[in-house]
Amino acid sequence: MDFKPKIIGFLCNWCSYAGADLAGVSRIQYPPNIRIIRLMCSGRVEPYFIFEALKSGIDGVIIMGCHPGECHYMTGNYEAEMKYQLLKSLLTYVDLDNRISLEWVSASEGIRFAEVVTNFTNSIQKLGPSPLKKIDKDSELLFNLNALQIAANDYRLRALIGRKRKILDEGNVYNKKYPKEKFEDLQETAIYDEYQKNRIILYLKKENLSVKDLSERLSIAPNKILEYIVDLRGEGLIDLKDIQELTPYYTAKQEA
Amino acid sequence: MEKIGAVLTIGGGIAGIQSALDLAESGFKVYLIEKTTGIGGVMAQLDKTFPTNDCSMCILSPKLVEAGRHQNIELLINAKILKVEGRAGNFKVKILKKALFINSEKCTGCGVCAEKCPVNSIDFYNEKLSRGKATFVKYPQSVPLVFSINQDNCIGCGVCEGVCKANAVEYSQKDEEVELNVGAVILAPGFDEFDPAPLKVYGYGKYRNVVSSIEFERILSASGPYSGMVLRPSDGDIPEKVAFLQCIGSRDIHHSKPYCSSVCCMYTAKEAVIAKEHQKQVNPTIFSMDIRAYGKDFDKYIIRAQDEYGIRYIRSRISLIEENPKTNNLILKYEAEDGSLITEEYNMVVLSVGLNPPDDAIELSKTFGFELNEFNFCKTSTFEPSKTSKPGIFVCGAFAAPKDIPESVIQASASAAHANILLHSARNSLVTKKEYPTEIDVAGKPPRIGIFVCHCGINIGGVVDVPGVVDYAETLENVEYAERNLYTCSADTQIKIVETIKEHNLNRVIVASCTPRTHEPLFQETIREAGLNPYLFEMSNIRDQCSWVHMHEPVAATEKSKDLVRMAVSKANKIEPLQRTILDMNHNVLVIGGGISGLTASVGFAEQGFMTYLVEKTAELGGFAKNIHASIEGSNVKEFLSNLIEKANNNENLKIFLEAEIDTIEGYVGNFKTKLKSKGNKENKNNTFEHGIIIVATGGEEYKPTEYLYSKDPRVVTQIDFEKMLFESEINKKVNKIVMIQCIGSRNDKNPYCSRVCCAEAIKNSIKLKDLHPEKEIIVLYRDIRTYGLKEQYYREARSKGVIFIRFDEKLPPELIKEEENLIIHVDSPNIGKLDLDLDLLVLSVGIHPPYESNEILAPMLKIPLNDDKFFLEAHVKLRPVDFATEGIFVCGLAHSPRSIDESIMQANAAVSRASTYLSKDEIETEGIVATVDISKCSGCGLCIETCAYNAITMDEEKMVVIINSALCKGCGACSSSCRGSAIDLLGFTNEEIYLVINEVK
Repeated sequence: MDFKPKIIGFLCNWCSYAGADLAGVSRIQYPPNIRIIRLMCSGRVEPYFIFEALKSGIDGVIIMGCHPGECHYMTGNYEAEMKYQLLKSLLTYVDLDNRISLEWVSASEGIRFAEVVTNFTNSIQKLGPSPLKKIDKDSELLFNLNALQIAANDYRLRALIGRKRKILDEGNVYNKKYPKEKFEDLQETAIYDEYQKNRIILYLKKENLSVKDLSERLSIAPNKILEYIVDLRGEGLIDLKDIQELTPYYTAKQEA
Repeated sequence: MEKIGAVLTIGGGIAGIQSALDLAESGFKVYLIEKTTGIGGVMAQLDKTFPTNDCSMCILSPKLVEAGRHQNIELLINAKILKVEGRAGNFKVKILKKALFINSEKCTGCGVCAEKCPVNSIDFYNEKLSRGKATFVKYPQSVPLVFSINQDNCIGCGVCEGVCKANAVEYSQKDEEVELNVGAVILAPGFDEFDPAPLKVYGYGKYRNVVSSIEFERILSASGPYSGMVLRPSDGDIPEKVAFLQCIGSRDIHHSKPYCSSVCCMYTAKEAVIAKEHQKQVNPTIFSMDIRAYGKDFDKYIIRAQDEYGIRYIRSRISLIEENPKTNNLILKYEAEDGSLITEEYNMVVLSVGLNPPDDAIELSKTFGFELNEFNFCKTSTFEPSKTSKPGIFVCGAFAAPKDIPESVIQASASAAHANILLHSARNSLVTKKEYPTEIDVAGKPPRIGIFVCHCGINIGGVVDVPGVVDYAETLENVEYAERNLYTCSADTQIKIVETIKEHNLNRVIVASCTPRTHEPLFQETIREAGLNPYLFEMSNIRDQCSWVHMHEPVAATEKSKDLVRMAVSKANKIEPLQRTILDMNHNVLVIGGGISGLTASVGFAEQGFMTYLVEKTAELGGFAKNIHASIEGSNVKEFLSNLIEKANNNENLKIFLEAEIDTIEGYVGNFKTKLKSKGNKENKNNTFEHGIIIVATGGEEYKPTEYLYSKDPRVVTQIDFEKMLFESEINKKVNKIVMIQCIGSRNDKNPYCSRVCCAEAIKNSIKLKDLHPEKEIIVLYRDIRTYGLKEQYYREARSKGVIFIRFDEKLPPELIKEEENLIIHVDSPNIGKLDLDLDLLVLSVGIHPPYESNEILAPMLKIPLNDDKFFLEAHVKLRPVDFATEGIFVCGLAHSPRSIDESIMQANAAVSRASTYLSKDEIETEGIVATVDISKCSGCGLCIETCAYNAITMDEEKMVVIINSALCKGCGACSSSCRGSAIDLLGFTNEEIYLVINEVK
């Protein structure tokens, strides 16, 4: 019962921060766990910020922006939503997805702000302390989280997310609206692949490993690992290190 | 007579605020006077706005804060006009500032007085649905945020004086008279809602569950009496069946309100939709005569209300409401369209009340000496819709005629344009530019941080251990100084902060108090006075987001305050001075389109002395208006147009290019360069000029019908053809039976919008025909008659002159049958049934559509968007109706959406005023918070270009890296968070700064 969650709230200046102010003016009480970081727009929320927060042991992160269609910068909250969906998918792999949340709160929703914060705080309270709170540097969780963080910053995922709205809502380069379900399947596959590829890179940064070694560590069939190895070599991110008996060993390029 | 570079704006609603902001930004001193104790008007009471369902307070409050803090705007609240002398250019106005009994200079808006006030009184902001105090502020976000005492309720107990730590309470305060000298006056007193109490048939005031639409608006609001839940006042239950009754106090000749209030059809649809959204159990029914959804994207909203939200529309006017005394339910009796009598029971009834002229309309007209029209709105004319009958006094908003928010904002800017034109020679004569000491160079110097922690009376200090926070702050990295203040925002503390900065050599300042949304600019100004760059400032919100919301947890609140201060310190250690880029402003203007809108705008600029280039693609000025002879009010359009063209031709600041088109445009606000290409006229080829502003006035076109044998049978004509017959030639003697069909090429699948002007055109021509030939028969087949506002009187006039109106359903449009040589219209009307009408002439009321081809070329060239219907899409439908997101470009007239001549003139003038906020300056200052790109990291992928809503990012094709134009950047940071290589950062909110703050949350 002693657990007091630490929560970060990223709030846009124009709606949610004003909503939080209104909760204050109206003296609506809510749990004191949240630390608010004001940004001009929820679209400013960089996926990296959330990883940094989680790695530093924060128990929960909530992003709040203007309701859809009401963004002070026209489309910033849509950008935020796209990025949030990406984060949510990424974090399922390490079971941290339920520690982040995205909510729309307007300047007149003081009560709603307090409710959102209360509910989120309660849900984090139920989840218990973040597993990253007391963790040693070599833990698998941190290792995986690092892989996800790199994946989040990778061009492939950023390009998909960055163009998602255009492709789905406005029309792609062929002036066609791409089917949402298909896009989401593609996005999920991309997320999974990028995650595993970055895990491979991180393992290979520590030591030289073979396909079979990697298969064991990642619990992925060796044929699939090989596919990734081919990709990564093609992308110039890993190199063949040496061959011992019949088995090739790989290493990551330091700049990768 | 000397012209005075100051303007008096009367009324602090959205129209008054917009005109004040426009003029203050254009180099004039503005006195904004408001009769209540806070600005914001009715818009501040609204929950949402149609047709976008935008949160009203979210979009309004930045404007309130801006008006409250603008250096050139002086707010005079709780004030009234006593006396006016002088004439256009130089008025003397005597004003009575009524006592507030709380010194607004000293009041910090903390609100302890109202909290402790033992007297309950009426809360007008919540339309009397909840209770306020005798000591009060109008509403939580009110500007100015100062409290006052309502002496009608005050019992004089003295409690507020005792609890006010700022010693602001002054029971002996007296009313004060002030005299102002101004060059022009803008009237924006708004409207009053129609009071339905005298209409006994609706039981308003007698039956609890009958409420007015503005009361319902407060019920819907999250900050309203029921926190946004839809409850009925009699027992607090959720009403399942809610009836909305339209035209209460509108279109009602028996209660001398014959005009249409213009906005009720839309706000009712919105209230019904929002009610359904807030409480899914609610099933709204709307009783109305016509559905007047004539504005941009309005019809789509009505369709969505019906199809998506299941809102039921019934065409009928309710004549009586009775209450079931046991259940407090309401019994409505009405006549259905087919004539049957129906009785239904509802749990709640909302009366959609109309807009009345303000209570003080007559007094204002007497004091200022301008005329009112027969309804007591301000009298204006078709071609000068924002001018009163008295020179130098201009009008905007609902006081000129009932209108919605965007039309009010347009007219606010239009009235400001008239003041600009009248007073341009006195521009910048009365505004003061604040001088600051030279900035201290802090580069390379280690941070020396000063922290000021605010008690806010007892607001913070009563919960948080403020001395403890100060002690803690002193232990943090690079904190050289920390102190606490009773009120950090008070005037004496500002002096103290400046002295402290100097004395301790501070180069970063943190204030831990309330919200930066309202107070950051004040403290930034203070540190500038001490020679620091304003961005060397951070704020911790330990009141609104700490002491106020964790009142019963002082230990946790203190801990949180310490955390917030530590987070601010970590960022303060990193922040650097930011520079606002200064750009030259070219004072020339390019106007695209030579119709009424383009001409009006061009003359408006040229008369202020700005060189204006008017580009028209045809060989003749005048645009579509060349085909129109008179307005519905009977004003002579031909004569007006030829005078306007003559004015344009004779102004030496105006250069007109006919048969010309834009070849290329490059640059950005203040620095555009345009090359023309010839369209017939060889002289225009390669004509190149530089300009700072672009006005898009490309107009619209008439729909060319393919329906109803048009162009196949000479007896089928358009409304324009018919007008020509009426005004220029004779109507054939054999033509005795005329039928008009409305909505040809409008409100269908291809053009889903309403063309807005066709109803009025049909009625104008019908009246003209009846005046010339009373014996001829005329029948108008329509879906809804949309003679909104004061045009409603002509609808009535037409009917009284014998014009017959028959409604048809959109699913059963009239059919034209040709039997041998006879034309017969077959119509199936919901209220009359099937009819066959023989006719001699069929007149089609055809709609307006945008010039598709040229708009599609121009939009990407200027990087401005089109909406689904291919009209230009403004920056914000409610509050920025003539601006584009891309700065320096403005839209007016049919390029924006279908509109009448008076409305186009208003919008053209609005564009003049909006552009004058730039043209009045020699240089423009950009924000300091902008994105920057580190080109060594940029891979040229271009993701950021697509993310940017302001077209501020372009690709350097040679180096394959992006360039961010800080003149266009608004500082949202969306580009930064989508950059794959961390090449883009947002100054003021850098990645590094935010990481540091994140890591301080321990």
